[in-house]
Amino acid sequence: MTLGLWPPRALTRKLWRELWTMRSQAVAIAVVIAGGVGTLVMFLTSLYALTETRAAFYQEYRFADLFVSAERAPVGLLAEIAEIPGVQRLADRVEAGATLELPSFDEPITGQLLSLPDGENAVLNRLHVSVGRLPEAGSGREVVVSDGFAEAHELRPGDRLSAVIRGRYQRFEIVGVATSPEHVYQIRPGDLMPDHRRYATVWMNREALAAAYDMEGAFNSLTVALTRDARPGEVIAELDRLLEPWGGRGAHDRDFQTSHRLLEDELTQLRSIAVLIPGIFLGVAAFLLNVVVGRLIATQRETIGILKAFGYSSGAIALHYLQLVLLIVALGIGLGVGLGYVLGEQLALLYAEFFRFPFLDYRLQPRTVAIGAAATTLAALLGTLTAVQRAARLPPAEAMSPEPPPSFRPTLFERLLAYWGVQRWLGQPTRMILRSIERRPGRSLMAIIGIAFAVGILLISPYQRNALDTIVDAQFSLVQRDDVSVTFYEPVSRRALHELAGLPGVQQVEPYRQVAVELIAGHRTHRLAVLGLERDASLRRLLDQEFAEVPLPTAGVLMTDYLAEMLELEVGDTLEVRLLEGRRETVQVPVSGTIAEYIGVSVYMELTALNRLLGEGDAISGAWLAVDAEQRPALLSALERRPLVFGVIESEAALENFRDYLDDTMGAILVLTTALAAVIAFGVIYNNARIGLAERSRELASLRVLGFTRGEVSYILLGEQALLILLALLPGFVVGHYLYAGLVAAVESDLYRVPLLPSPAGMATAALVVLVVAVISGGVVRRRLNRADLVAVLKARE
Amino acid sequence: MSDAEVFRASALTRVYRMGEVEVHALRGVDLVLYGGELVVLLGPSGSGKSTLLNILGGLDRPSAGTVTVHGHDLTAAGEGELTAFRRHFVGFVFQFYNLIPSLTARENVAIVTEIARDPMAPEAALELVGLGGRLDHFPSQLSGGEQQRVAIARAIAKRPQVLLCDEPTGALDSKTGITVLEVLERVNEEFGTTIAIITHNADIASMAHRVIHFKDGLIDAVECNTQRRRARELSW
Ligand SMILES: Nc1ncnc2c1ncn2[C@@H]1O[C@H](COP(=O)(O)OP(=O)(O)OP(=O)(O)O)[C@@H](O)[C@H]1O
Ligand SMILES: [Mg+2]
Repeated sequence: MTLGLWPPRALTRKLWRELWTMRSQAVAIAVVIAGGVGTLVMFLTSLYALTETRAAFYQEYRFADLFVSAERAPVGLLAEIAEIPGVQRLADRVEAGATLELPSFDEPITGQLLSLPDGENAVLNRLHVSVGRLPEAGSGREVVVSDGFAEAHELRPGDRLSAVIRGRYQRFEIVGVATSPEHVYQIRPGDLMPDHRRYATVWMNREALAAAYDMEGAFNSLTVALTRDARPGEVIAELDRLLEPWGGRGAHDRDFQTSHRLLEDELTQLRSIAVLIPGIFLGVAAFLLNVVVGRLIATQRETIGILKAFGYSSGAIALHYLQLVLLIVALGIGLGVGLGYVLGEQLALLYAEFFRFPFLDYRLQPRTVAIGAAATTLAALLGTLTAVQRAARLPPAEAMSPEPPPSFRPTLFERLLAYWGVQRWLGQPTRMILRSIERRPGRSLMAIIGIAFAVGILLISPYQRNALDTIVDAQFSLVQRDDVSVTFYEPVSRRALHELAGLPGVQQVEPYRQVAVELIAGHRTHRLAVLGLERDASLRRLLDQEFAEVPLPTAGVLMTDYLAEMLELEVGDTLEVRLLEGRRETVQVPVSGTIAEYIGVSVYMELTALNRLLGEGDAISGAWLAVDAEQRPALLSALERRPLVFGVIESEAALENFRDYLDDTMGAILVLTTALAAVIAFGVIYNNARIGLAERSRELASLRVLGFTRGEVSYILLGEQALLILLALLPGFVVGHYLYAGLVAAVESDLYRVPLLPSPAGMATAALVVLVVAVISGGVVRRRLNRADLVAVLKARE
Repeated sequence: MSDAEVFRASALTRVYRMGEVEVHALRGVDLVLYGGELVVLLGPSGSGKSTLLNILGGLDRPSAGTVTVHGHDLTAAGEGELTAFRRHFVGFVFQFYNLIPSLTARENVAIVTEIARDPMAPEAALELVGLGGRLDHFPSQLSGGEQQRVAIARAIAKRPQVLLCDEPTGALDSKTGITVLEVLERVNEEFGTTIAIITHNADIASMAHRVIHFKDGLIDAVECNTQRRRARELSW
C-alpha cells in the first residue's frame, strides 16, 4: 500500500485545529503530565547527582572500606595488619572527643578531633580543603575544621578556636575548612539532625593530638581500604583478632559508618519516592487522556467512518489520534522537564544543607529526560490504547450511523427511594445528575480515584508534620527529660556524680553507662551501645507504644521493638551479647521486654547488672542533669573546664535545632505537595466538567429552550462534579493514609520509624483545597456554559 | 458506457443480530453493475439499499454470498485490501454530507487526494461542482447543498471508477438537489465513472440507465430506461 505523503497535510491540519479547540483541556492534562515528569526529573536528577557525586568523591578521596577503633594499639602492630590478605591500604590515626569553644558562641560545642599525618593529607578518607590549607608540618596550633561548622559560624582561616582537651584549655588557629568522605553527613552520633553550630570535626597534626591523649607511638582508630577481591568478613575477623589485646572495639564496614549510612538511607528513600509520586501523576494523566480522547473519538465516529470509507486504514486512524495524544504528552514533557530542572535545583540546595559534598554535580542528564519521556509516553499510550483501538476497530459502515442514544435507567439510589416511597424527594435535575454518574460508572469511578489521589497527596504534609511533632514530643518531653547530658572521656567512678551535683544549678543527677556491643541472634547481628541506667531513673524514661512507662528488669534487657523484629527475637528469648569493651566476652542475656522508640534502636539494662556483666565496679559513662534554667550558663561554663567531661548536650538546643529544620523543610514540602495536588485536582475536575459539558450541551441547551435558567442548568452539570468530589473525599482520606503509610514503610529503618497518625485538621484543609480548586474550575466551565449559543448547539448534528 | 462487469453480487445476504432478534437486511441479492453505467436504487425504507451499497463499497461484509470486483473476490479480501480498495477504487457520497467540521472545503477534499494515486487538484474538483469560490470555507459556513457538493468533490477528486451515493439529495430542496445530480451526471459522462444512487425520489430514476427496485431485502424488479432524461429536466 502506498502511503504517499505521510501524514497527509489535511489530516495534520485537522489535528492542530482540534487540538486548538480543546486547548484548555489539553493544557490541563499537559500540566498534570508536567507534574509527573517534573517530579520524576527532579527526583532522578537529585538521585543521579547524589549517587554520582558520592561515587566520585569516595573514589577520589579514598573512602575507607573498614573502620575499627581500639583503646590504644601500638603502631608496630600495623605491619602485621598490613599482611592480612585483602588489605590494600591502612590509615591509622588518633581520634578523640573534646569540648570546643568559639569566642562568638557561648554554648558548648562537641568536637571530634582527628589526627592527620604530620603536614600531610590523610592516606584514606582524604580531606577536601575548600578554603585555606592543611596544617603545616610540625605545627601543633593549626587546625582544619569541617565545612558545615565553618559555614554555620562564618569561620575563616585565621579565626581562633579553643578546645578543652582532657581538662586542659588549648588555643588553636583555623587554617583551613574541609570535608572528607567520612563527613558528608556531619552529624553528632545520636542526634536527629545535623547541628552544625554545635558539632564540628577538627583535624590537626598527629603529634599534637597524640601528646594530649597519651597516644605517642600508638593509634586508637584505624581505617582500611580493601583490594577488589578481598573478603570483608575475613578481614574483619582478622582485624578483631589482632586488635583484641589492644582494646579493639570490633571492626565494621561502611554500613555502620554514620555518614555513609545516613546518605545511603536518604538515597533509598529518594528512590522509592521517585517512583511513587510521579507514578500517581502519570496514572492520573493516563486516566485524563483516556477520558478526553475517548470522548473525542466518540464524537468523531462519523469522521472516522468517512476516513475509512475513503480508504484510510485502521492504522492510519489510530496513528492520527495517537498523534493528538503524543502532542499533549510532548507539551507536558516539555513543561515537566523545565519544572523538574527548576525544582531539582531547589532540592539540590536543600540537600546541600545536609550533605557536605565538596562539589555537587547537578545537571540535567539526557538519560533522565529520556526516562521521563518514555515513562510518560508509555503511561499515555496505556491510557489511550483502548479508546484509540476502539476508533481503529470501528467498522466503517457502523461508524457512519450515529451512535445509538445512550440508555439510561433509574439509578440504584432512585430505586431505593422508590422502594421507600419517597422518590419525589428528587427533582428532575437531581435525577439527571444521578443517572449520568451511574451510566458511566467507570468514568465516575476514575474521576473519584483521581480526586482522591489529589486529596491524598494533600494529606502527606499534615501527616508528616503530625508524625514529626509526635516524635519531638515523645523524644524531648516524654523520653529525654534531662536538660543537659554530660559524657565522660572514659568510664569513671560514681564519685563523679557528687562532683556534678555540686555544680551551679544542678537539681538532679542520674548516671548512665554506655558499652559498645555486638548483638547476635542466630545469624543476625547488630552493633550498638547498650545503655545502662538506674532502675528509678526519671530523666530518661522507657515507654511502650501507649507511652506507658516500662520498668527496667533486674537482669535481662529491654530493647526497641523494631530491633527485636530485626533480630527476630521475642520476649523471653535469649540474646547473645558480645562485649566490645571491658571483659570482652560473649554473654547470654534474656530479652525481658520491648519498648517503643521512634529514633534509633537501643538496648537498655539496669546499670549495676550491666557493670556486673562487664566485670567492672561502679563505672559510669556519663550523666543526665536536671538544671535550674537561670543557672544554665554558669553550669555550662563550669562543665567546659572539667577534665573528665568531653561532651555536653543541651536538650533545649537540640529541640530548637530540630524545630528549625521542621520549619525550613516542612514549609517547602507543604508548598510543593499543595501545588502538585491542586494540579491533579484541577486536571481531573476541569476535564470532567468540560467533557460533561460537551456531551450534554444539546441536552442542556434544550433545557434552556424549555425555560430553565442558567443556574438550574449549571446545577445539573456542576452538581454532578460536586457530588463526585464529595464522594471522593472519604476515599481520599484513605488514599492519603495509605500513601503516607507507604512512605513510612519506605523510610522505616533502624535509624528511625515514623508514626502513622491521622490529622483531622489536615483532612479539613485538604477538602478545602480541593473545593477551592473545584469552585475555580466550575466557574470556568460555567462561563462557557453561559456563553453557549443555543441555536448553534441545537442545529449541530451530533 | 462499456459493457464490462464492474461488480457482481451473488446470493448476498446480510443478517443483523441484535440479541434475540435477527434482522434480515438482505435475503439473497444477485446483481451486476456495468462499467460506466448510472444506476438508481429505489425501494421503501428498510429494504436493504444502504446495506447493499455499504457491502459493495467494502464498508461492510455480507453474512453470506459473494461480491466480485472485476472478477476479484471482495468478500475474501483482508482488511488491508479493503482499505486499498476504498482508497483507490470507490468514492462515497452520503445523505448527511459527513464533512469533517474542522477542515475547510479545500482541506476536506485534500484529505482524500493526499492519499490517492492520481487525484485531481482539490481546487479542480471543487470547481467541477461549482464551488471554486468557496475553497476556504468551513462546513459550518456552507449550506446543505454546498456541503453535499463538497462531499461529491471529495468523492470524485481521486477519479474513482465507482461512485456510491446514498440519498445524495435526501436533505436538499429540489433545485439544489438537481444541481447535485447534474454534477453526478457530468462525472458519469466525462469520466465514465460507474455511479449507483440510492434515492426515495422516483423522479430521479428517469436519469438512470437502469433502475433497481428493492423490497424486503430482495431485488423486486430491474428496468432499463430506453429514454433517459437529463438531470436539469427533472423536477419534484
Ligand atoms: N447496524 C444495524 N444493526 C441492526 N439492524 C440494522 C443495522 N443497519 C441496518 N439494519 C436493518 O437492516 C434493514 C435494512 O437497512 P438499510 O439501512 O439497508 O435500509 P435502507 O433500504 O437503506 O432504508 P432507508 O431508505 O430508510 O435508508 C433495516 O431493517 C435496518 O433496521
Ligand atoms: Mg438507507
